[in-house]
Amino acid sequence: MSDNAIRVRDLTKTFGGKTQLFGRASHEVRALTKVSVDLKQGETLAVVGESGSGKSTLARILVGLETPTSGTIEIAGQSADDLRKQGPKAFGRTVQYVFQETVASLNPRKTIAQILETPLSLLAGHAAPERKSRMRELMQAVDMPEDALDRYPHEMSGGQAQRMAIARALAAEPDILILDEPVSALDVSVQAQVLLLLQRLKDELGLSYLFISHDLAVVEAIADRVAVMHFGEIVELEEAGRLFREPVHPYTQKLLQSAPRIAR
Amino acid sequence: MTDSFADLSSPPRASRMSPLRLLVQSRLAAAGLLLLIAIGLVILLAPVLPLSDPNATAPAERLLRPLTEGHLLGTDQLGRDILSRLIWGSRVSIAVGFAATLFAALIGSGIGLISGYAGGRTDNMLMRGIDMLMAFPYILLALAIVAALGPGLMNALYAIAVVNIPFFARNVRGVTLGLAHREFVDAARLSGKGHLSILATEILPNVLPVIVITMSTTAGWMILETAGLSFLGLGAQPPQADLGSMLGEGRAQLFTAPHVSIVPGVMIFLIVISLNLVGDGIRDALDPRLKSGALGRPGPITAIATDRRAHEKSQAGAVLSIEGLDTGFRMGSQYVPAVRNVSLSVMPGECLGLIGESGSGKSVTALSVMGLVASPPGLIRNGSIHLGNEDVLSMPESRLIACRGQRVAYIFQDPLTTLHPTYTIGQQVAEAIAAHQSLGRSELWDRAIALLEKVQIPDARARAEHYPHQLSGGQRQRVGIAMALANDPEVIIADEPTTALDVTVQADILRLLKALQRERQMALLFITHDFGVVSEICDRVAVMKDGEIVETGTTRTVLNRPQHAYTKRLIACVPEIGEGRRFLHRVADLFDGQSEKDGAA
Repeated sequence: MSDNAIRVRDLTKTFGGKTQLFGRASHEVRALTKVSVDLKQGETLAVVGESGSGKSTLARILVGLETPTSGTIEIAGQSADDLRKQGPKAFGRTVQYVFQETVASLNPRKTIAQILETPLSLLAGHAAPERKSRMRELMQAVDMPEDALDRYPHEMSGGQAQRMAIARALAAEPDILILDEPVSALDVSVQAQVLLLLQRLKDELGLSYLFISHDLAVVEAIADRVAVMHFGEIVELEEAGRLFREPVHPYTQKLLQSAPRIAR
Repeated sequence: MTDSFADLSSPPRASRMSPLRLLVQSRLAAAGLLLLIAIGLVILLAPVLPLSDPNATAPAERLLRPLTEGHLLGTDQLGRDILSRLIWGSRVSIAVGFAATLFAALIGSGIGLISGYAGGRTDNMLMRGIDMLMAFPYILLALAIVAALGPGLMNALYAIAVVNIPFFARNVRGVTLGLAHREFVDAARLSGKGHLSILATEILPNVLPVIVITMSTTAGWMILETAGLSFLGLGAQPPQADLGSMLGEGRAQLFTAPHVSIVPGVMIFLIVISLNLVGDGIRDALDPRLKSGALGRPGPITAIATDRRAHEKSQAGAVLSIEGLDTGFRMGSQYVPAVRNVSLSVMPGECLGLIGESGSGKSVTALSVMGLVASPPGLIRNGSIHLGNEDVLSMPESRLIACRGQRVAYIFQDPLTTLHPTYTIGQQVAEAIAAHQSLGRSELWDRAIALLEKVQIPDARARAEHYPHQLSGGQRQRVGIAMALANDPEVIIADEPTTALDVTVQADILRLLKALQRERQMALLFITHDFGVVSEICDRVAVMKDGEIVETGTTRTVLNRPQHAYTKRLIACVPEIGEGRRFLHRVADLFDGQSEKDGAA
């Protein structure tokens, strides 16, 4: 048993570059270049960077929605290739993903109960009566009233939808959560509450987080370590306190200088 | 204090009209529905109605005129009762038309779903097959199929169904293609669902409205086609009656006994028109834009209540001052306020920040200034908006429109949606100048380039030839700023201009705005939700909550010594760089007790 929840080595991902039936090869875009990073058991690793830096591609590969071009990934000691061969359920039981576009990640024609039903039965393997009680527990865990189960996604505010997305991810009972900009679309007061919620869930359930964000202040509040991405590469990977005190890479320094601050 | 956060929470459950009510609300659709129900009842009751045998010939009673004793609609060339044949014939035609619709919908939608979901090679092969089907002239293909299978009603049904499959396949594929890459499909995959299950339970429910709409709009068409094939003698075989064959048989007597062909002709017309009216009604009822109540095109300016309470200008010297503004939305007979009694003023060369959380009414306030809140449903109920010494809300419509861009200009959040995708940025900046100044072409172009240089777009002359999608987000926002500057406005209203940008780009844009504002002594109304941004650029700040301004003051005072409890909490919720973990402890105390238990957020 390794103490790494996720171990990534030399991960490279390119898009395009394939020859079409009658066409020439399409333009090749490199989204990730030789990314190596470990997510330790029980830690919160933040990945920061600007749009197009490859943060979301990394996340989508780690949950199995994209396949890497080259490189190796181990999730909870198992090779991702093996997991992929075992089918869509194998990934879902260990890693879950909380999408950036929360509202879009909830099917508009289903109630929350119907949405939670799927991972509870397919991934956690609960029988029908158990599912009901698990749903109530999940609502409690994300601080939502039970009657929210009967609501449709469009009947919720951004913060409520985010809690539901977290509840769905937790329903699979994973060890690792990949959080893709989980608070960036929320108002500050709601953002603070969701951050508190994430911290509490992590302590209670012993989760490991990969926390993707572009907001450095948020990252500093929640992360143990921070990886800075720039054009598909990790340019700096450091313990959070140290990175914010003494940024080494010029790009990290620029990011820190650009963040708007409240002048006192 | 608790409620200040709780009531930001759930948006009101909008009372939307049910599709059925919308359908009935459209008079034409309701008339079509009534007609269809009447026809449906008659043909369903055909076996119990006191009708004579539709196939019983009576040579002695040939070609009787309508309204003859015992034959309400007369008889045909073989002495058969036309009323009876009409009802039984409609039964056949409608049954065949509906069966063909169902058949085509089932197979066509199946192909469309698979094609759109699988994509790649499968999509390519299926769609090329559909293309081949569509490459044949429509009726010729149906004829060829019937010719191959032999004439008969069932074969006509197959032919019509096959010919209509492409219609469903293409429509459904288009919608599926858009849905297949949506996040909720990915989410379902991560929840352990297989492809078939995703198609059936995640995508199909979202595609169903499209299938229903397509069915309702094609059913009438299919009945017409059935009649067409029968008319040519390829569908219903004698003596069986259907509308098409009745029409065909009556053709020979068109001049001597026109009623024999006119009666089934009118029936076809009635069935098809009622189906089409209902189909249009269903389409409108299922269209989400109509459901939301935004039925009409918005007027050129926001509606202003005639009994509006106007106010005197309160702040001498202000370029823009708003006094007691009430703006809201009319929902049916109700008025829902969005902004209540808002007063603020901006001095020349000053930057006023308007800050608040989503739904607090910041944007409605900003859009009210130039009457840009869409009406219907928007309504300015009370208040005055003074631009210089003139009340904007008392201006004639044409004068208010002339002020837009010339005296007050806007910069919006996402320049990708506000810039026109098929014009070059140079053209768009030039157009913004030309809207208020008449200049020669080359002079216009030079001015546009100068503006682009002003907002620091490198190599502006070459860049002017580029289209919006060829620019980065930051550069697009620079173009948005250039367009706002085009006519040297007195006031610029910037609505979250940097929210969509990366932090490094945001810093550049803020610097640019600040420099331009200083140089031109413009008044800037800056709308944002970010206290950091306010701190960087604003001289004064007004805090909005639930449509009201709760606090106004210099930026330094509001940030350091906020007076209102809401402002205090809002500022306390902002994490700051250098604070680290302490932030979570700090806000944990803040939310302790009330916490998140009330399901706020």
